[in-house]
Amino acid sequence: MMRLLQALSLALLLAGPALAAVGDPSEQLPDPAQEERARAIGRELRCMVCQNQSIEDSEADLARDLRRIVREQVAAGRTDEQVINYLHDRYGDFVLLRPPFTLATALLWGMPVIALLGGGLLILAMRRRAPATAPAELTEAERARLSRIEDGPAT
Amino acid sequence: MIPELGHFALALALALSLAQAAFGLWGAQRAQPRLMAATAPLAAGTLIAVGAAFASLMWSYAVNDTTVSAVVQNSHSAKPMLYKLTGTWGNHEGSMVLWVFILALCGGAVAGFGRRLPSTLQARVLAVLALVAVGFLAFILGTSDPFERVWPPPMDGQGLNPVLQDPGLAFHPPLLYLGYVGFSVTFAFAIAALIEGRVDAAWGRWVRPWALAAWSFLTLGIALGSWWAYYELGWGGYWFWDPVENASLLPWLAGCALLHSAIVVEKREALKTWTVFLALLAFGLSLLGTFLVRSGVLNSVHAFANDPARGVFILALLMLYVGGGFALFAWRAAAMAPTGVFAPLSREGALVLNNLLLCSIAAVVLVGTLYPMFADLILKQKISVGPPFFNSALLPLAAPLIGAMSFGPMLPWKRARLWPALQRLWWAALGGFAALLLCLALEGERIGPALGFAAAAWLILGAAADIADRIALFSRPRAALARARGLPRAAWGGAIAHAGLGVTMLGLAGMGLATDRLALLKPGQSASLAGYDYRLDGVGDVAGPNFSARRATVTVSRDGQTVTVMTPERRSFPLSRMTTTEAAIHTTWLRDLYVVLGDERDGGAVLRIHNNPLAPWIWFGAGIMAIGGGISLSDRRIRVSAPAAKLARGEAAA
Amino acid sequence: MSEATVPNPWRRRALLLAPLVVAGGAGLGFYAMLRGLRTGDYDPRGVPSALIGKEAPDFSLPPLEGADRPGLSAADLRGQGRPVLVNFFASWCVPCVIEHPQMMRLSRAGVPVFGIAYKDKPQDSLGFLHKHGMPYARLGVDLPGRVAIDWGVYGVPETYLIDKSGVIRWRWAGPVTEDTLTQDLEPLLRRYA
Repeated sequence: MMRLLQALSLALLLAGPALAAVGDPSEQLPDPAQEERARAIGRELRCMVCQNQSIEDSEADLARDLRRIVREQVAAGRTDEQVINYLHDRYGDFVLLRPPFTLATALLWGMPVIALLGGGLLILAMRRRAPATAPAELTEAERARLSRIEDGPAT
Repeated sequence: MIPELGHFALALALALSLAQAAFGLWGAQRAQPRLMAATAPLAAGTLIAVGAAFASLMWSYAVNDTTVSAVVQNSHSAKPMLYKLTGTWGNHEGSMVLWVFILALCGGAVAGFGRRLPSTLQARVLAVLALVAVGFLAFILGTSDPFERVWPPPMDGQGLNPVLQDPGLAFHPPLLYLGYVGFSVTFAFAIAALIEGRVDAAWGRWVRPWALAAWSFLTLGIALGSWWAYYELGWGGYWFWDPVENASLLPWLAGCALLHSAIVVEKREALKTWTVFLALLAFGLSLLGTFLVRSGVLNSVHAFANDPARGVFILALLMLYVGGGFALFAWRAAAMAPTGVFAPLSREGALVLNNLLLCSIAAVVLVGTLYPMFADLILKQKISVGPPFFNSALLPLAAPLIGAMSFGPMLPWKRARLWPALQRLWWAALGGFAALLLCLALEGERIGPALGFAAAAWLILGAAADIADRIALFSRPRAALARARGLPRAAWGGAIAHAGLGVTMLGLAGMGLATDRLALLKPGQSASLAGYDYRLDGVGDVAGPNFSARRATVTVSRDGQTVTVMTPERRSFPLSRMTTTEAAIHTTWLRDLYVVLGDERDGGAVLRIHNNPLAPWIWFGAGIMAIGGGISLSDRRIRVSAPAAKLARGEAAA
Repeated sequence: MSEATVPNPWRRRALLLAPLVVAGGAGLGFYAMLRGLRTGDYDPRGVPSALIGKEAPDFSLPPLEGADRPGLSAADLRGQGRPVLVNFFASWCVPCVIEHPQMMRLSRAGVPVFGIAYKDKPQDSLGFLHKHGMPYARLGVDLPGRVAIDWGVYGVPETYLIDKSGVIRWRWAGPVTEDTLTQDLEPLLRRYA
């Protein structure tokens, strides 16, 4: 537990003075649609100094700076892709919470399809192996016996 | 003295478990009744020993015995007694003792409640449980001894982490572990079946209650953790697809598939291989979670203090149990004779689809969680896999699953026709469609929440349709009540659990419509959101037992009527030099009002105000799911001996 | 029961073996990670710079008042005839204090060390440098922290090695220790000399 606390405080130290702000109303964009866009973009970007949070969810200084940058760019009329690329150029793949589509991540993004298809094929393969043996043809005597049972009362 | 007794008790438990494993396996293999009969009392003895160890550890915390190093690191005399006691498991060493304690409890339960099991099966199950206990007891005694002493004892402990002094977080581990460790019993059943080379309807009946119990507890544990994150972390978020959260979701998914698959084994003697595999997988994923959290390979705020040496030990245990289980599976599963033929469109077919979808979801979550680690190791590339990935990748799998959930129970066994099932669900589909349209009409083009409401209506109405169909409510209404009373509890449990998921979907959809507002208010000013007005009355100083805080008083009113007064706080803990925000939450049936206090400046304070529609239903739904599991558990049929076993014994005697 | 259509036993065996193979592979991976944690090869917390191999971003920072050093701009990183170091620091950063002696050592050895004060009030930076020493040949003040973001900085201290043509070749996040100096930095300084 102590080591965890130390790690956390070290991370905070490296991040900057912990002002621990909830967010500043003055930093929000005046146009609600733009603000919503900026938030949606922010949710795609990882806070580099936190553990698994987006820059929208984090109180870290760096997160606040990045939120400011996102809003500046959105207000300046950049597209979502341009804003994300701006930060991707500076911080690399790690800052993207949605991993990019590359050869390296092909297995990751393909997983839903692979799992479904693989599972489906498996099921089909296992079913086919159950030998569906057709019952042997009835002999003459068996057929006669069957018709006696079916037609008349049991004797 | 007491810590030494506790330490001795752990060693004693290790010895007893070794004996239990040896006697059980050997006795079952050689059909020696006396050896097999010895396993149950040994399990009882192990339970007493581990219980004593757990009690002595808890005692050390209760009296704040600072000669025990675990107490020094994790506790403090100023902690309230409740948190002193629950702090027993708030750290690595103590939580491992809790783990083994619950394992011993499971062993005792199998010994006590499993008297009607065939003796070879019970002996083998107890033996496997003991084998698991041996591994973990060795781990505790070897690397994570909670009873280590420190001399001279310091004045007081160092552990006053305010974040851990919280009811939600205090009870989160026991519930989770009841789930994780509960799956060790189904694992043991699977191993026993593989050794015996036989899976039959009786086995399915024995496995099902354990799977149900473990799954229900895990549901509650995960829900509690999510609820804690919601009210404590201050952002209204409740699930982050964090690797450690995923580590708890994976056994839940596998367990879900397992308890459905076991039904098919019991009723139709089919899907045997798959059910055994799921039983191995569920526990394997629990162990994987244990490894990920404690070894240091993960980058997560949840992770315990990381020690690669411990990591190697846990990895060895993981490989032993999971690898051994899968090796046994590869070797012996082919021997299990498949029976039970069924058409693709049938209850069995629907359950196969259910298995497939749940396992695919689990595969995506597993790969998403492990990908960053393996990409770093193999490709030396750092990537992040976060909520945007999981939400996008899982939606196409979750949607058909939700569709199938209402459809499946409508299908008869062996062979079904599509049209009658659709007919019985028409009003559930109508309800879903209506919910979709209503949401789009009221809230605008919010496709996500609209689909969520549709899914919720489909699930809840589908569960109602299931019950209505079983009691012939619409076709023969007069006797419906009598039929309802005679309906087996498992049927009620299943419908209630499915409806519970619908309720959770309701909450999730509502949260998709959440709005918030950031405002800098001076005392007397107000801000409004979603029809409520929030007036800041003032911010004052408040002192707590180990913290000082700034507390804002916010009066909330609607149409001029005061609804409530909320008091969000920012607490600072001088001893641990931490600041936490305490959100103020006002819960009603329809929404949560959620207010957080931020910076104070310019004579006023920054408030972030959230309107979270239907938020409480997320966790109510989980509770309903667990209740459904519990109701199914209480079905007498599950606990009565299966006729096949009795008949076999009768024939053997004759 | 007729054995007419004997199922392919090998296919079934292969399928049943699959979980073991997957688990085994994952186990090997985990073991490699644990080994790597000890040797430092595997670091789940570190993040590599996205700018390695690229030219340093364009920037121009004002000098620190009272520090008697010129300001820093992108042009200063080229044309030195030798590799240079850029060190992001701040007075409020505890690890910066820990690594400062290494910076002093480097500057005494003649390596051009340029500093950028990150989000630090000028008087605080001055105080820091008076107390712990001035290793920087040039010193820029980045009060809003924007230039740092252009460099992909996510915390302080961070140190970058730039070669003669202005291309970033190495980044170290965290304090530069003596080991980092001798094992990582000095060979690189020789390599890009």
